[in-house]
Amino acid sequence: MILDSKIPSGPLAQKWEKHKFDMKLVNPANKRKFEVIVVGSGLAGASAAATMAELGYQVKCFCFQDSPRRAHSIAAQGGINAAKNYQNDGDSVHRLFYDTIKGGDFRAREANVYRLAQVSVNIIDQCVAQGVPFAREYGGLLTNRSFGGAQVSRTFYARGQTGQQLLLGAYQALSRQIGNGNVKMYPRTEMLDVVVVDGHAKGIVVRDLVTGEISAHAGDAVVLATGGYGNVFYLSTNARGCNVTATWRAYKKGAAFANPCYTQIHPTCIPVSGDHQSKLTLMSESLRNDGRVWAPKKKGDTRRPDQIPEDERDYFLERKYPSFGNLAPRDISSRAAKEACDEGRGVGPGGLGVYLDFADAIKRLGEETVRERYGNLFQMYEKITGEDAYKTPMRIYPAVHYTMGGTWVDYNLMSSVPGLFVIGEANFSDHGANRLGASALMQGLADGYFILPYTIGNYFASEKQPKPNLAHPEFKKALESVEAMTKRLLSINGKRSVTSFHRELGKLIWDKCGMARTQQSLKEALARIPELRAEFWKNVKVTGDNSNLNQDLEAAGRVADFLEFGELLCLDALTREESCGGHFRVEHQQPDGEAKRDDEHFSFVSAWEYQGPGKTPLLHKEPLVYEEVHMSTRSYK
Amino acid sequence: MNLTLRVWRQKNAGDPGRMVEYPATGIIPDMSFLEMLDVVNEGLIAKGEEPIAFDSDCREGICGTCSLVINGIAHGGQRGTTCCQLHMRFFKDGDVITIEPWRAKGFPVLRDLVTDRGAFDRIVQSGGFISVNTGGTPDANALPVSKVDSDRAMDAAACIGCGACVAACKNASAMLFVAAKVSHLAQLPQGKVERTQRVTNMVKQMDVEGFGNCTVTGSCEAVCPKEISLDFIAQMNREYGRAILKGTK
Repeated sequence: MILDSKIPSGPLAQKWEKHKFDMKLVNPANKRKFEVIVVGSGLAGASAAATMAELGYQVKCFCFQDSPRRAHSIAAQGGINAAKNYQNDGDSVHRLFYDTIKGGDFRAREANVYRLAQVSVNIIDQCVAQGVPFAREYGGLLTNRSFGGAQVSRTFYARGQTGQQLLLGAYQALSRQIGNGNVKMYPRTEMLDVVVVDGHAKGIVVRDLVTGEISAHAGDAVVLATGGYGNVFYLSTNARGCNVTATWRAYKKGAAFANPCYTQIHPTCIPVSGDHQSKLTLMSESLRNDGRVWAPKKKGDTRRPDQIPEDERDYFLERKYPSFGNLAPRDISSRAAKEACDEGRGVGPGGLGVYLDFADAIKRLGEETVRERYGNLFQMYEKITGEDAYKTPMRIYPAVHYTMGGTWVDYNLMSSVPGLFVIGEANFSDHGANRLGASALMQGLADGYFILPYTIGNYFASEKQPKPNLAHPEFKKALESVEAMTKRLLSINGKRSVTSFHRELGKLIWDKCGMARTQQSLKEALARIPELRAEFWKNVKVTGDNSNLNQDLEAAGRVADFLEFGELLCLDALTREESCGGHFRVEHQQPDGEAKRDDEHFSFVSAWEYQGPGKTPLLHKEPLVYEEVHMSTRSYK
Repeated sequence: MNLTLRVWRQKNAGDPGRMVEYPATGIIPDMSFLEMLDVVNEGLIAKGEEPIAFDSDCREGICGTCSLVINGIAHGGQRGTTCCQLHMRFFKDGDVITIEPWRAKGFPVLRDLVTDRGAFDRIVQSGGFISVNTGGTPDANALPVSKVDSDRAMDAAACIGCGACVAACKNASAMLFVAAKVSHLAQLPQGKVERTQRVTNMVKQMDVEGFGNCTVTGSCEAVCPKEISLDFIAQMNREYGRAILKGTK
């Protein structure tokens, strides 16, 4: 496999314009002859499906949820970045580009990030035209707020439901095309394999989650917009259904997987309350504007927070990062909280939590102002914990939130399998080793509305591929392998539930490959995962049958993939002998405990190529060449 | 906590279905309602029985997937709360809890507590959008929108499309859902261009899907997890009246 990033030549700022001109076009009358399969209907998938249908392509869109409107993009709270400079505070495309590259700890591809910043402005125009009710000033113009890692206000938002409103905009655009007959929608349908014919992606195999029917669909290109793999940790802020199956099965068909060890751990989540817990809930980053993070100075201090006097509290973010204080970036704040807990100074059940205290803010601003700013979050906190955060500090702990790694794609968002495109969180391209707040929504919509619809045409026009044919033996082979796996899962009839395996895997990955990773912990994980996987295939109990809706069977297939993927995640973390962004290797830190990047040896993208079952995957390195920016050490002190 | 659950079990759309009683033991008040069901399901799997099928995804009250009628009330009766955010401390030790799927002609049961809400998607497909293609749109600040209109549009747009309004309504009317979308778009200048055709098409589709009429009992508003106001139904009726006067077909 040769990885060619296909970055256009020329100055950074003109690459995309130049590339748009250089790409071949499909004439409007010919577009309807091409059929595109889109898997996933979140921001990236819905926007891509709608836009390609508008252009005239025949689109089929698949999602496992009961409606395309339910994709997990909907849960994003904070906002979406765009370099509009509406606030006249010195923002520009170049500044958004630079902040994103720096936030990603210089591990993202420069040309992709620059293009992302360029099209960010079009996204806002598009969404407003669709009727997305962004927050406005009294004069009628759009308002902005600031977010972590930036010194300008460039985040557009719709209350605390920005993801929901953007997704509904894309969903409505998609619905319009479904109504017109240009998109055929398949809800409650899960993709279980990619079909590759003569080296090109030509279709997929899916399972109808209601009837259990397994069928194949052919297309001239396949687009995966299937989100991230955060649920490999079992507990994360991801929705229950989020999974790695689509990108993992594509990986096994030749689509290299890049940087799986770049996982984002968000510092402010509600701590785990017990073994029953099914997911974690995020408390918006914005709370750290007014809340102060602290832990008791004394180990094992079980006093109530109001009984711990001021001089026995450690406001550790303010102590360690005086210039950024409580607003230090996500990766850094998460690690600091973990350190306090590791030292035995954690609070709450199991000592896995620190306080986020609003007492000073309430004293300074009054309870009413705090309620105005964060009322809905305090309410959500109370619903989940039963505690009143106006009276007692919130307890928070870091949790897995987003995954920067994903399928390797070139500048055209095409994977290493020609004809297979990967967009949104599912690909690896734009966030490097750490994503900034309010940039996930931007990337999903950039890929779907403004990048893929151009680059896919270039593929059609320049490749001149034969039409896909469902009768090809590769389709039959893929169908048979999916059917065989389904049958096998149902026939094991062991003693342990699917969830128990998922929980054990998640805990293992969290302990060994979570916020801090060591060579030893990773080796332990790499020894344990194959054992757990072997036990799964011997001892899992999957109830029911394949001819009815069977949620146990759905989960089993996803957990089976996580059990394989987890190994690649740990392997990638083991081979990356440096600390950068969300990847912190304990062996590689500065004397003061900060991450120590190694640009000389690790300034590359790790892209893993599948070599067959039981074989170690092959590592390809795409060098990261920076033409415009100077690589520097991130410091927030 | 120890509880008794009475749960609707139905193998598939063709099965008549029945209520089945299950004990739920060792439940912790900090569990969410769905986590309590997870625990019961783990127990069923251990015994080799099929778990209770129910829909859920984000489990933080925004995706609109979860959909349970608990003790006769859609989402369980805690104001402004989806059942995934309902916690067991809301119940008492020894309670008998009845759990049913959404009941409405427009939402056929697929299995146990899982229903098909595709009707809502088809209503949106009939007109719940602004017809703009990608690209070529004017600058976002070219068209000022008053904050009052924008905020009101957002109030309506907050609908998560869960269908509780239909489940709560004695007529199984989808008026609150349709009204929220009609009002969201009609409130904004961008959406005004198509307002008459939009409301006409969406109401037509709502009827095709078998949803009942609105008799303004307000039960939809009472159970709505996003507290969408009944006022929007009035706004939709005005929009609809306007469309009739304009002779929209």
